[in-house]
Amino acid sequence: MAILVYAEHDNSSLKAETLKTVAAAQAIGGDIHLLVAGHNCGGVAEEAAKVNGVSKVLVADNAAYEHQLAENVSLLVKDLAGDYDAIIATALTTGKNFMPRVAALLDVAQISDIIGVESADTFVRPIYAGNAIATVQSLDAKKVITVRATAFDAVATDGSAEVVALDSATDAGISSHVSDELTESERPDLGAAPVVISGGRGMQNGDNFKLLEGIADKLGAAIGASRAAVDAGFVPNDMQVGQTGKIVAPDLYIAVGISGAIQHLAGMKDSKVIVAINKDPEAPIFQVADYGLVADLFEALPELEGKL
Amino acid sequence: MKVLVPIKRVIDYNVKVRVKPDNSDVDLANVKMAINPFCEIAVEEAVRLKEAGTATEVVVVSIGDKKCQEQIRTALALGADRAIHIETEETLDSLNIAKLLQKVVEEEAPQLVILGKQSIDSDNNQTGQMLAALTGMPQGTFASEVKVDGGKVNVTREVDGGLQTVSLNLPAIVTTDLRLNEPRYAKLPDIMKAKRKPLDVKAAADFGIDLSPRSTLVKVAPPAERSAGITVETIDELVEKLKTEAKVIS
Ligand SMILES: Cc1cc2nc3c(=O)[nH]c(=O)nc-3n(C[C@H](O)[C@H](O)[C@H](O)COP(=O)(O)OP(=O)(O)OC[C@H]3O[C@@H](n4cnc5c(N)ncnc54)[C@H](O)[C@@H]3O)c2cc1C
Ligand SMILES: Cc1cc2nc3c(=O)[nH]c(=O)nc-3n(C[C@H](O)[C@H](O)[C@H](O)COP(=O)(O)OP(=O)(O)OC[C@H]3O[C@@H](n4cnc5c(N)ncnc54)[C@H](O)[C@@H]3O)c2cc1C
Repeated sequence: MAILVYAEHDNSSLKAETLKTVAAAQAIGGDIHLLVAGHNCGGVAEEAAKVNGVSKVLVADNAAYEHQLAENVSLLVKDLAGDYDAIIATALTTGKNFMPRVAALLDVAQISDIIGVESADTFVRPIYAGNAIATVQSLDAKKVITVRATAFDAVATDGSAEVVALDSATDAGISSHVSDELTESERPDLGAAPVVISGGRGMQNGDNFKLLEGIADKLGAAIGASRAAVDAGFVPNDMQVGQTGKIVAPDLYIAVGISGAIQHLAGMKDSKVIVAINKDPEAPIFQVADYGLVADLFEALPELEGKL
Repeated sequence: MKVLVPIKRVIDYNVKVRVKPDNSDVDLANVKMAINPFCEIAVEEAVRLKEAGTATEVVVVSIGDKKCQEQIRTALALGADRAIHIETEETLDSLNIAKLLQKVVEEEAPQLVILGKQSIDSDNNQTGQMLAALTGMPQGTFASEVKVDGGKVNVTREVDGGLQTVSLNLPAIVTTDLRLNEPRYAKLPDIMKAKRKPLDVKAAADFGIDLSPRSTLVKVAPPAERSAGITVETIDELVEKLKTEAKVIS
């Protein structure tokens, strides 16, 4: 079995989630190669070479892959696919974007967002916002899979894989990158942070998210939000936790002024410890919380910050 | 410019689904169904493009059993002009759905196809990208803004780090994210009018595509339940528990 894992990165560093996706590949079992597609991404390739369990790193460093446009990257992966039995990416924006395209080009059905590996062809994945867990057996000879990183433990990074440069440049010529508007933050990545503190509609406005910042600073936490908080414009879209936002599973998740809708729970209920602060004792969030505090957040948050 | 919008009938988003006791599947008997929320956003975007004079016709298509005509009528009431129902009793996987949609695209030749980014039942997030690959079109997934400009469309996408804008040659595929628009409510006269709008029914089997499944559903189980937690009375108690009992802070 030969497995190609797509490395998630931003041309400067390898995303921590890739280490978890490699763990999923190990669970399937086989010779694992890591593909780094980008531009001026030598640093990423160096990091990739250290990932345990990887025997070879393929580097496609070309302007055509600078923004990892789905149209171009899918052609690259399709060209490489002949040598592999399984192609695996992380279910983050890049993987979610181009992988189904690869699957269709190969005439293979994709198994999305797996959280478990039963065997080389049978996988476990959540459906219905995590309210049901399906076990699916793929009948395709070649597997195309995306992985929910939070469900796997990262592999170590003291390996030394061979690095091979590819001279591929597949530019479909039908799309181009215009601009990025990325949120600048000194905080850890939502997907990788050990502690996440999220605010909901109860926060009332964007300014009040400052109440979460002091606590986040003390705990080394990332800050998240409910959809209602994002829709209301309190915070940017990349902070949304949930079925249709980011999936997180930190050691500690603190939900503040969040009611606990199915769609929000889908994104955080695999957290190790959940704390809920809400003034409504009937809020459904308390049903999943390990520690619930019925309180007004405007009193509770400053006190909590003071006592940490 | 013609816009094609594929829509899916799914469980209503307020319903918490249950797994059948024999673990064969989820139980959808007597469950409230609705148009997939992301598809509703797709219909709204297409209708707005028409109202702005950019689009000339909005065609919706749904693949499924007879009942998905309810959701087709909903889309027509929201402002779509006509509809295609591809009838099948089978639950098709995304690749087969995309292959059927490819045939519709070949016949209808739309300049823009707007789909939902994911359906809230199977949560696959695949169909739009697969259709893009099969038709050779560029894709703007997870769209929060769509601007048609001559032979191109600029799509602003919700990505992990924030927003990204790409420029795509038309014809193109767009998949919707939550913040693209806020769908309108259909008014009663529009619901009445929708009943008379053209609906073309075709059998999936007549498309000459091999629709055999690529995977089997081995079982469906309920998720692990979290054990009930406790209520703490004060911040001091909370901090204490987190330090000594949960040991997640120091
Ligand atoms: C297709 C679709 C996808 C969705 N995807 C997501 C998703 O990915 N993520 C997501 O989060 N949601 C998602 N939603 C939305 C979801 O259904 C809920 O609407 C949303 O999560 C509610 O956000 P909230 O809990 O912040 O707001 P509300 O439900 O309004 O809850 C606010 C809470 O704050 C509490 N509160 C108010 N004031 C105070 C105070 N002073 N002190 C303490 N507590 C206070 C209230 O008691 C209440 O419980 C989705 C919905 C749909 C239809
Ligand atoms: C309980 C359950 C278990 C299933 N198990 C499996 C399984 O194990 N393996 C498997 O491959 N499939 C399975 N399916 C079927 C499958 O997940 C979907 O119905 C099918 O793949 C369609 O893709 P999607 O809804 O996941 O599309 P997504 O890619 O999530 O949907 C995106 C968009 O595609 C469009 N679209 C999707 N379906 C249609 C449609 N029917 N008509 C028109 N437009 C549409 C809509 O615009 C939608 O917003 C299962 C379905 C259910 C309900």
